[in-house]
Amino acid sequence: MNSPRTSVQPSDLSAVLSERLFTQGSLPRYAPGVTLAAAIVVGGVLHLSGVASGLAAVAVVVLYAVAIYGWSLAVEGARKAKNRVVTTVVTAAFLLALLPLISVVITVVGNGVGRLDVEFFTYSMHGVVGEGGGVYHAIMGTLLITALATVISVPVGMLCAIYLVEYAKGKLGRAITFFVDVMTGIPSIVAGLFAYALFALIFGPGVRMGVMGAVALSVLMIPIVVRSTEEMLRLVPAELREAAYALAVPKWRTIVKVVLPTAGAGIATGVTLAIARVVGETAPLLVTVGITTGVNMNPFDDRMATLPVFAYRQFMSPGLPPEPAIDRAWTAALLLVAVVMLLNLVARLISRLFAPKARA
Amino acid sequence: MAKRIDVADLNIYYGETLAVQDVSMSIEPRSVTALIGPSGCGKSTFLRSLNRMHELIPKARVAGKVMVDGQDLYAPDVDPVAVRSQIGMVFQRPNPFPTMSIYDNVAAGIKLNAKRMRTSELDEIVERSLRQANLWDEVKDRLDKPGTGLSGGQQQRLCIARAIAVRPDVLLMDEPCSALDPISTQKIEDLITELKADYTIVIVTHNMQQAARVSDTTAFFNLRGIGQPGQLVEIGDTATIFSAPANKATEDYISGRFG
Amino acid sequence: MRTGDQIFAGLSTGSGVLILAILAGVAAFLVVEAWPAVVAPADEVPGGAGVTVYIWPLLFGTLLSAALALLIAAPLAVAIALFITHYAPRRLAHGLGYVVDLLAAVPSIVYGLWGIAVLAPATVDAGAWLYENLGWIPLFAGPPSSTGRTMLVAALVLAVMVLPIITAVVREAFLQTPRLYEEAALALGATHWEMIKMTVLPFGRSAIIGASMLGLGRALGETMAVAMVLSVSGGVSINLISRSNPSTIAATIALDFPESTGIAVNTLIAAGLVLFAVTFVVNMLARVVINRRRDFSGADR
Repeated sequence: MNSPRTSVQPSDLSAVLSERLFTQGSLPRYAPGVTLAAAIVVGGVLHLSGVASGLAAVAVVVLYAVAIYGWSLAVEGARKAKNRVVTTVVTAAFLLALLPLISVVITVVGNGVGRLDVEFFTYSMHGVVGEGGGVYHAIMGTLLITALATVISVPVGMLCAIYLVEYAKGKLGRAITFFVDVMTGIPSIVAGLFAYALFALIFGPGVRMGVMGAVALSVLMIPIVVRSTEEMLRLVPAELREAAYALAVPKWRTIVKVVLPTAGAGIATGVTLAIARVVGETAPLLVTVGITTGVNMNPFDDRMATLPVFAYRQFMSPGLPPEPAIDRAWTAALLLVAVVMLLNLVARLISRLFAPKARA
Repeated sequence: MAKRIDVADLNIYYGETLAVQDVSMSIEPRSVTALIGPSGCGKSTFLRSLNRMHELIPKARVAGKVMVDGQDLYAPDVDPVAVRSQIGMVFQRPNPFPTMSIYDNVAAGIKLNAKRMRTSELDEIVERSLRQANLWDEVKDRLDKPGTGLSGGQQQRLCIARAIAVRPDVLLMDEPCSALDPISTQKIEDLITELKADYTIVIVTHNMQQAARVSDTTAFFNLRGIGQPGQLVEIGDTATIFSAPANKATEDYISGRFG
Repeated sequence: MRTGDQIFAGLSTGSGVLILAILAGVAAFLVVEAWPAVVAPADEVPGGAGVTVYIWPLLFGTLLSAALALLIAAPLAVAIALFITHYAPRRLAHGLGYVVDLLAAVPSIVYGLWGIAVLAPATVDAGAWLYENLGWIPLFAGPPSSTGRTMLVAALVLAVMVLPIITAVVREAFLQTPRLYEEAALALGATHWEMIKMTVLPFGRSAIIGASMLGLGRALGETMAVAMVLSVSGGVSINLISRSNPSTIAATIALDFPESTGIAVNTLIAAGLVLFAVTFVVNMLARVVINRRRDFSGADR
């Protein structure tokens, strides 16, 4: 090497550097549009000549990717061509992910809307064979069990979050934070088995009770409540707390009167999302609450019906003739999807309407 | 290598907002041009329009002409990616890629353009670039270590090495010393003075002493008023601007009366 | 006043400790209820050959379906996260993220219904094609199922279900890529994709790994969709397109638990304990990886 600033130019370096022009060939602005249109035409022809629609769609994407790559490679070079292909792949992946969502919604609405009648909401399955019947008992069961799970989870979850944000120091705090995260990953069926094992030890094997389901759901709900509450509490500015302490307000009253109300909207959003997450759970209720045909309003005594388990049972063991039961299963599923979507929407609204810094 | 830049009637927008109005100036090759002015006067925005980085902000656009050795940067068939590979940029905060070693940081730009290059050749370019950036002696024994392990000043020189490794025509520097201590700042200033033998350098700075020390030409930007776009007030020989500015605002700014 | 503070502090600390207790309780109660099956004579356990022989094919089915689901979902999730954070127009990014989140909101029972009614029938032709053209690969040894209720479809449904979970974590990480580095890459003359390869992907790497493991954990434990979609016959097989598939632990529990009594219940709980242990380890590793990334990026700032 020579002195630091010599600008020797090895002859082969010039080959490495692109020629010093800003205008390297580039595809016209309309290139992607035209290519896509052509690919869609080919796909349409394929479809008309008997190729399945899914396969034709795949063909459109592949054709587009290959065509734009080839065209770009010829005009713009390998780097640009690769860039265009990646854009295609990434966009296609997103559209692909929308497919199941759209398909699920169409299927559930299409199959479920048939039994969306008054009888469905006002009758139970007591003594129903074949047509008719409803989910009144299952709605009541789902409401009761979910409410009970909420009553257990929200205080525990909120207090735990308060501990983590306001009190926790050192190892215990870190351990709890870590295991709350791990707990969000517990399979729901395992939560159900836990509730069963717990109650079986007390009441003997084979026990079924609404409250067992509530306990199982709580295991799933608590970590969600903790995480969302914790996040919200951490957003409360320290100045607010200090202002209260400066007025000699005790710590617990500061938390209850200042910190919690400030974070209120966020916590409500988190709780709503937690409810949405567990209201459709089937597996833990299947092993703890079971199913029944009549109305049972006492969660401390015997089996109860719930919407998800109802849908599952009606679909998997429909009896004869099967059609009415399968229709009921779809309508129950539709109801569940509607409830979950509604809860998600409510959560969004709460956070948007009541958030302290409500700027969309 | 070094090229001449001629800007004519340049207007720079963020959406509907005009941020910089009617800038016309010429930037000589193998010289250092300093852009000075109060905060928010559009000097950084102007700088970023010289290598088409400005348009990366959603809705941002530019009207007017920027000619680099006779080629218009904003001609319709110009490829911004090609522009940026020929007009290098150094940022306010040192930003070596944290996941890459020192060596890979310097080689990053070259690898983009030349996938299959002999290792010996690449080694040569990396060494030359690091030497040009006055960093070689400090890092030659730890080229495989992450660039983020260096001090702030070393990181910034690494970024300069990274920028000049691809042999750009122009080097843009956006307040390159504002995050550095005085000693590191001086090293960078020395480096700028050395590099101007090979490059056209445009530097934005808040520090007027720095402008006076390193630049040959100084351009003073100012806001026309509150809520008004920024504009070029005057440009001239650095010695003249600092001793006998033609404009009252320039004089006030330089003498520290505002900004 | 002092007592008020003490009571409140005690309550919140108690709640925190309760979380750890619940987690320990889950393990403890499952062990207690699983124990009778472990010590029972082999011929009393369902299948007549002991707990290990009973659980092993289920564990295999669980791992196979989850791994397959992850193989499908993880690359897609990374692509989707990229689309949302770096390709879609900024203003749309938030809404698009929400749409993907909605996928996670759909109850698993609904995915089960959808899997049987829509996805399974739609794959019958594809299964037959795979058998005819790629039948020499053991995965597609067939004979192809005429209902489509295959391991492949179960894995597809699982993939749809874990997709939003992986996407959410990866998206968050991609969004946090400092603009500083992205600009550095672009200023060197990188194309959009090269910029992503140089900055976004390396920066989000451990998040991708951690998120994939979270998704794996979810897929391992997912119950209803598999219970409904998969047509099972027991045994161990890697044949993805036939009607005889190994079941999964979670699905078997859901299918058999309601009608089981005595030692059969304990056996199912033992299987549940194995599932708990596996998902627990996977989730712990996932969190360790994700947290390490958080520390790294925090120190970097």
